[in-house]
Amino acid sequence: MSYLPYAVAAWICVVGLFGVATSRNLIHLAICLTVTQSSSYVLLLSVGYVKHGGAPIFKGTKPGSTAVDPVVQALTLTDVVVSVAVVALILALALDAHRLAGTIDPDGLADVQG
Amino acid sequence: MSWIPPLLVAIPLLAAAVTAGLDHVTPEPLQDAIVVAAATATTALAFLLLWSSEGHEVVHWFGGWQTRGGVALGIDFAVGPLAAGMCCVIGVVVTLALVYSLTFMKEAARLFDALMLAALGAMCGFAMSGDLFNLFVWLELMAVAAYALTGFLVERLGPVQGAVNFAITNTTGSYLFAIGIALLYARTGALNLAQLGQTLAHGRAGGLVVVAMTLLLCGFLIKGAVVPFHLWAADAYAVAPAPVCAVLGGVMTDIGLIGVARLYWTVFVAVDRGGAIGDVLLWLGIVTAVLAGTMAFLQRHLKRMLAYSVVSHIGVMLAGIGLLGMTGLAGAELIFLAHALLTAGLFFVAGILHADHGAIDELRLRGRARGCWVPAAAWLAGTVGLVGTPYVGIYLGHSLIDESAAAWVVPLLWLGSALAGAALLRAGARIFLGWGDADDPLLGKPFEEDPHERDILRPLLVGIAVVAVGAGLAISVVPGLGQRAEYAAERFRDRGAYVAQVLRGRPMPPPPALPVSVLHTSLDSLLYGGGATVFAVALALAGLYRRRLPNFVSAAGERTLGPPVRVLHALHSGVVGDYVTWVVVGTAVTGAAWAILLR
Repeated sequence: MSYLPYAVAAWICVVGLFGVATSRNLIHLAICLTVTQSSSYVLLLSVGYVKHGGAPIFKGTKPGSTAVDPVVQALTLTDVVVSVAVVALILALALDAHRLAGTIDPDGLADVQG
Repeated sequence: MSWIPPLLVAIPLLAAAVTAGLDHVTPEPLQDAIVVAAATATTALAFLLLWSSEGHEVVHWFGGWQTRGGVALGIDFAVGPLAAGMCCVIGVVVTLALVYSLTFMKEAARLFDALMLAALGAMCGFAMSGDLFNLFVWLELMAVAAYALTGFLVERLGPVQGAVNFAITNTTGSYLFAIGIALLYARTGALNLAQLGQTLAHGRAGGLVVVAMTLLLCGFLIKGAVVPFHLWAADAYAVAPAPVCAVLGGVMTDIGLIGVARLYWTVFVAVDRGGAIGDVLLWLGIVTAVLAGTMAFLQRHLKRMLAYSVVSHIGVMLAGIGLLGMTGLAGAELIFLAHALLTAGLFFVAGILHADHGAIDELRLRGRARGCWVPAAAWLAGTVGLVGTPYVGIYLGHSLIDESAAAWVVPLLWLGSALAGAALLRAGARIFLGWGDADDPLLGKPFEEDPHERDILRPLLVGIAVVAVGAGLAISVVPGLGQRAEYAAERFRDRGAYVAQVLRGRPMPPPPALPVSVLHTSLDSLLYGGGATVFAVALALAGLYRRRLPNFVSAAGERTLGPPVRVLHALHSGVVGDYVTWVVVGTAVTGAAWAILLR
């Protein structure tokens, strides 16, 4: 089994987190969050991958034929749905921030601290 | 009784859909009735579940996908007395908050109630779930509802900033959690918690398991606002409407700790060596209790002060869990119970002040609520309950934690709740009695206020606040509650019995006959509780009359405490990038500690 997919997942995760931490723009920040999230898609799919495995649909295949793990695909789909809801909410908040403060720089929003 | 657990989730979620969907079609009183009836029914069923879970875990396999030969195929809810008790508290607090918001949030659209109900269903599902991925889904549902509720009043910038910081910090945590799930699934091929524990018990903790554990537990600690992941909490609470704060601070933040306890005792206890996982949790808990207590004392915004008080008590609870003993966990449970009700009550009082005077700032409100005796009494009683005065409020929980903690840990935990209590006492004396100086530079600059005064049904709100505080105060003296908390903790910690019941359907040993009497506490705890109360009152008075302290005292105080206080204020910068950096650094450090200790 190749380690490449895992290295890719780790790289995507770190890059995404770096983006979230340093972003000066809420829309850019929301995209960085989805980048971080995509690392878990890559990870999940590479976890469930089986070499020469087919799609996990067993109608018309002979019993005992190899297939990739269907569970991780279900998890990935759920993950996608969850992240859509969160990103939609953050984008809506970014709109409000722009309306109220005229900026979508998170540093510019920080009127409360301490 | 395995039909109850799904209803605790289905009733609020369906009611939420109905309220949101039939908005503008049904008359308002009918809508209100549906909302309150759904929350009340959920609470009543939670109490029924608590009663029926006494002898064994109530297990529900969705869609009838039972286990085959000890292997979990489907997704389950597995509810013991601890989880059922949590559902009861969640139900009570959310029901009170919903009734409160009937008049407090009258102008809000029905979406507000729908979001509250969605949060209720998600929290119950989270407390009951026996499946790792399911935990993640409930966590996200709860979080999305909470982000929307926090930013509900978007006419001003404050709520937007609070909701953005809350959403981004917590979402980062959730994504780390998702990666942890993937890693653990890769190692074990299981998602059911009982199955995961069984699989891990047959091997050593490899590096992969430690990384997965770090990501999973830190995901919960971010939800639970444990230092250094707590930075979002004050920003979010400060801007959320009072009933939302009551739910957030009373139950939703603390519930992250249930996740930690659940994962530890059903899964990671199998790879622990000499309690190393617990040691790190204990340290985090102590730091959280003291640091957040200090931060509470430095606030002038009532809701931010309450937010830090919540975080400080979360620290005490986490320390109780980190002790890994039966009494520690039972103590954390009892603190959760009392703290949820008391905190909700205090937020309700803060909401009344806000509605009456259009301000939430301690200094600006000074003396303006003179003569409001009932809210004043509720505030004072709630504060005393949170300090841990003997036989009041959180005292019983504190004393149980004392029993299993090392001698040096105990005073630090009491210090945390005394600091937070001192802040609340100071604010109460200033607002309701008009004591103290009119200005205090220690507390920072004033906040942008929402001068919007609300037309409220005041007696109802005061009544709800009094009910919440009264119930919270009584927790320590309810006969038999202490023993039942200990039994629930014992059941929660028994991984073997849990696995046998969930995976093989083997019945548990019958519960012992539990006495109905007030739990006896040690002399040490009485002294610590009394001492904490005296300390809190003294510190509150010192905070009120700082200017009248002798010169050499205030000069020495400024020299020693000034720089660290400025550092603390600077660290809580309100910028979300900093928060995410703290999340990453905190996760890395915690993980490194575990990697070294479990090597």
